[in-house]
Amino acid sequence: MRKADLVTAIVLLILAAVVVWDSYELGIGWGPGGPGSGFFPFWMGLIMIGCCLGIIGQARRRPDGKPFIPRKGIAPVLKVLVPAVGFVVLMQFVGLYVSAAVYLAVYMRWIGRHSWSTVAGVALGFAVIAFFVFETWFLVPMPKGPVESWLGY
Amino acid sequence: MGFENLLLGFEVALHPFNLLIAAAGILLGVIVGVLPGLGGANGVAILLPLTFSMEPTSAIILLSCLYWGALFGGAITSILFNIPGEPWSVATTFDGHPMARNGQGGQALTAAFSSSFIGAFAAVVVITFFAPLLADLALKFGPAEFFAIQFLTFSAFVGLGGGSPLKTLVAIMIGFILGSVGLDMVTGRLRLTFGFTDLMKGFDFIVAVIGLFGIGEILLTMEEGLSFRGTIAKISPTVVWQTWKTFPRYARTFARGAFIGFWMGFKPGGATPASFMSYAFAKRFSKHPERFGKGEIEGVIAPETAAHAAGTAALLPMITLGIPGSPTAAVMLGGLIIWGLQPGPMLFVDQPQFVWGLIASMYTGNVIGVLMVLAFVPFFASILMIPFAILTPLIVSICAIGAYSVHNSMIDIWFMLGFGVVGYVFKKLDYPLAPLVLALVLGDMAEAALRQSLIMSGGSLAIFFTRPISGAIMWFALFLFAMPVIGPWWRKLRGKPAASLPSVPH
Repeated sequence: MRKADLVTAIVLLILAAVVVWDSYELGIGWGPGGPGSGFFPFWMGLIMIGCCLGIIGQARRRPDGKPFIPRKGIAPVLKVLVPAVGFVVLMQFVGLYVSAAVYLAVYMRWIGRHSWSTVAGVALGFAVIAFFVFETWFLVPMPKGPVESWLGY
Repeated sequence: MGFENLLLGFEVALHPFNLLIAAAGILLGVIVGVLPGLGGANGVAILLPLTFSMEPTSAIILLSCLYWGALFGGAITSILFNIPGEPWSVATTFDGHPMARNGQGGQALTAAFSSSFIGAFAAVVVITFFAPLLADLALKFGPAEFFAIQFLTFSAFVGLGGGSPLKTLVAIMIGFILGSVGLDMVTGRLRLTFGFTDLMKGFDFIVAVIGLFGIGEILLTMEEGLSFRGTIAKISPTVVWQTWKTFPRYARTFARGAFIGFWMGFKPGGATPASFMSYAFAKRFSKHPERFGKGEIEGVIAPETAAHAAGTAALLPMITLGIPGSPTAAVMLGGLIIWGLQPGPMLFVDQPQFVWGLIASMYTGNVIGVLMVLAFVPFFASILMIPFAILTPLIVSICAIGAYSVHNSMIDIWFMLGFGVVGYVFKKLDYPLAPLVLALVLGDMAEAALRQSLIMSGGSLAIFFTRPISGAIMWFALFLFAMPVIGPWWRKLRGKPAASLPSVPH
């Protein structure tokens, strides 16, 4: 936990430094319309740097406790995260509905070991219901791909 | 303030379409409240894009009812499954779950729903009388006063939040910095985009809410490997009636809970401490403190009354000052802006129908809500029986739809995933998420108020302290900021052991 605390604080410190630098470039002084564009983020970044230094100081003085992620906790987290990333990558090519159906099917079969009939029912059912709710009822367009254009949408 | 305004509001809220909307909102709210990873703030955020084409009054009724529903839903999981859906439901599990295990689940649920209703109702009555007065006062506010109130909002997180004050400050700063990414409306210059066109429109707080609270929560739930093995509770009219008959005994607990809830609730982040405080008071004043923690009905009544009074009171600063007290209120405030309304005290003058419709719908929504949850508890509880291998991808898909629909942009879905990982890490390391979201929402307003005030004063910060109202608020805010330093010192001075806040499991 301590190591994760330190690493996070250092990453945030670096990000804050980048913000301060970029804001400084923009102008933190008095412009024609009052305080310049960089004024607000500059000070926010400076305060953040101070706090991060404080957190690093506190973390260094504290003994190391339990690990950030318990060993048996890593796999379940990745099992959620990796398919979710795949879902979003696939979405760029085939649109949201098809991608969601594939994602649901893969996840249910791989993680849940559900029967093929349940998998097909839920995956297709969700895609079709979502399609009609968003595309025709609420008129909120979602990313679409070749399947939808083949169907005439 | 006039009684006729409230009547006007009821005319709006009792319109059949709006009643239907309210019922739909409650239904969706209880569902998102029961599901892991979809709390009130998140549900409102996902639904918000669907309301863009609705009439603002109906839209706010839908969203606020979703919020009430989520508050009710949290009690179901706390009592039956021992899983607090929201931090302010934690205290409900102390006695609610033991009751369910002793076969008194029906009584516990009835007590929780009824006391939620009573707490919320008491808070709405106070809002009804107090909101117009506060709005009247706020009409005289200038940019300095508004900045001071925003300053106070964030100082409350640092001083009363209970976590690490440094981490709270970092969370606030991250929110402000993310909020300033993109086009600067005053000077027309691009800030912090580093040449990436995707960053030009900045980070939308709705996407942030969906990622931080939705995806982050799912990752956390999965890591802990929660299994939803709950107890079954039957609610019959007899159980409800038997439970209600015991209520007059707890009149003091109700009154205390509602008072604590309202008092803590209109300040940001107040619902969780309010529920714990109410529980602690109930235990202290009880004739049988030894029964607490083993299934005492008073231990359900006290935190639920306070949590709902606080959750309701959190809307007071949102409608009167345009400053939200909770992430959910922040999302609703974002909705107001999208629907073309200017949040702030002028709402009471310009849009009486909207404001009073919302206030009246708090009455109708809570009545509909308590009846619905009492009637359909088995249905709502059965949602958690759905295997997680189906729930997880469904929730992720719904979150993605919500994130995409905000701006119809693919990059927002990536941001959502990114915020999800950040939310997971931050929750594990105790960086609070609520102030981050609030800072992201209020960033533009706070910066504008600061700049205008500085222009008025010619660049001197003294303007915040020389004007009477803003000065008083600023000094109080500075006091709250100093709380984490003063508090331990003061306790040492009085020779008392450091009070340990009840730890909140995530």
